[in-house]
Amino acid sequence: MSPMIDVGHTARIEAFHRSFAVERRKLWLQTAIYGVLLVAAVIFSAMFSGFSFRELASGLPDAWRYISSTFPELHYATLGHDLGEWYWNLPRWLELLAETALMSFVGTMAGSIAALLLCFSASRNLMRNNTLYFLSRRFLELARTVPDTVYAMIFVFAFGIGPLAGVLALAVHTTGSLGKLFSEINESVDTKPIEGVMAAGGNWPVIMRLAVLPQVMPNFMSYALLRFEYNIRSASVLGIVGAGGIGEELYLSIRQFDYPDISAIVLLIIIVVMAADLSCEAIRHRMISKESLRYTS
Amino acid sequence: MTSSTLLPETGEIAAWRYAHPELFARPFAERWRSRGIALLLAAIFVFGLWWIDATPMRFWNGAGRLGFLIKLMLPPSSGGVFGTYLQALGETLAMAFFGTFLSTIVAFPLGFLGARNVVPNIFLHFGFRRVLDVLRGIDILIWALIFVSAVGMGPFAGVLAIAFSDVAFLTKIYAEAIENVDRKPIEGTQAAGANQLQAIRLAVVPQVLPVILSSALYFFESNVRAATILGIVGAGGIGLELSQQILVNNWDQALFIIIMMLVAVAIIDSISRRIRLKIIGGK
Repeated sequence: MSPMIDVGHTARIEAFHRSFAVERRKLWLQTAIYGVLLVAAVIFSAMFSGFSFRELASGLPDAWRYISSTFPELHYATLGHDLGEWYWNLPRWLELLAETALMSFVGTMAGSIAALLLCFSASRNLMRNNTLYFLSRRFLELARTVPDTVYAMIFVFAFGIGPLAGVLALAVHTTGSLGKLFSEINESVDTKPIEGVMAAGGNWPVIMRLAVLPQVMPNFMSYALLRFEYNIRSASVLGIVGAGGIGEELYLSIRQFDYPDISAIVLLIIIVVMAADLSCEAIRHRMISKESLRYTS
Repeated sequence: MTSSTLLPETGEIAAWRYAHPELFARPFAERWRSRGIALLLAAIFVFGLWWIDATPMRFWNGAGRLGFLIKLMLPPSSGGVFGTYLQALGETLAMAFFGTFLSTIVAFPLGFLGARNVVPNIFLHFGFRRVLDVLRGIDILIWALIFVSAVGMGPFAGVLAIAFSDVAFLTKIYAEAIENVDRKPIEGTQAAGANQLQAIRLAVVPQVLPVILSSALYFFESNVRAATILGIVGAGGIGLELSQQILVNNWDQALFIIIMMLVAVAIIDSISRRIRLKIIGGK
């Protein structure tokens, strides 16, 4: 009895060892192939992007020298005076920062409204008309795949230098990306309210308003807030192509080698971006906790 | 007849409304607060429109000029230098790929430093995270401006800009992935006699590797998008060609370059989606 079991046992163990070796070899081969591909891609891209360790070795210290030369000279004894010197143009910069935040707000708001209008027809489950579905999908795709900076360059030509071009660029790009996110949320709505409103005789806009919108609104708000954060970051650099905001002043100070100004403006941008991140996160958390309370109670 | 069936119902509804007013309408304060917020947002919006001088006249004129530009753009033309643009596009892709690669290999060890369960010192952890927060506030175009000034124009500045801006994001993602690992495999390897480094290699790395690979892929995708515009500030690639064509009013060639960018981004996205599915499927 026991030798029988033993024979089967060793056979099983041997079979296991064999299959393990095969698996192992397969895995090794796979790793080798992908590894070689990766190494080849890395070497190729390094060559193509003009990367060399010698340049890196000299470039990094150069970069650090450049960054450290933008730091202001602050002495403890004359701190107030030095700070005043560093932020000599503070009122103008604050105004531009406010403009940046305002641009991002208006761009996000306009983009959200456009996305809200387009997202229902771009949702497969809500739109039966193929032409409208196709058109709104393609429009949203076009709006989000072109970078907002490229839109800004085109709009600066059309609408002139200034924040209007920047706001339009942000709005178009926001429409594209929020429209996609919104329609994805729409595609996961509960269908029972839709059937209910349909049974009560509601037409398409009424169904969207009464059956879909209440379900998706909290998620929409949360995404719009996230987008606002993102747009503040974008708006801070749109000035580089002449589309308004603090970026213009930053670009100017870099171009004119006003070293302390560069660090002063970058620091202000960081503060604004971080403040926007933190406050939007707080609002989002509040909204989410309120929503979950409403659904559980 | 209908009225006799309706009347008791309305009476019942009225009774319910009287007993539980909160089921029929939101409380007074909440209603007015949401109205107030909406009003405030609308007021800021209108003020913003006034600030940026968004008059209907400007819209009208701008739309007219936009239509003129679009007429100039069509049909898109390569201007006979398709090879140059293709090379610039290759440079953009190379910048994005190598920048992502650099940032991944730098962020991987930094992620361990930023993870609370690896570096338990709360001050070190807190300080490190705040430094990353600060760095994340700097847009990639600002990094590009800095590196173009520091190491000169060209794709190398673009690589450094991508690497620096990504390290701040990737380190945070990696640190969070490392903080979320399952403790049990670590305990298992330690019970089998592994030291700290061996436990990381055998229990932590296999758990975070899918996160690292898929986020590297995701950042590569987004870096391709970013790299297309880095050229605008002189960091090489297709963006440089685009901004030059726009500057000299060659709109048909500008549209051609934009289409090239879109095609490249679409191809990269579909490839990377396939790889990501494979990674997640093989997990």
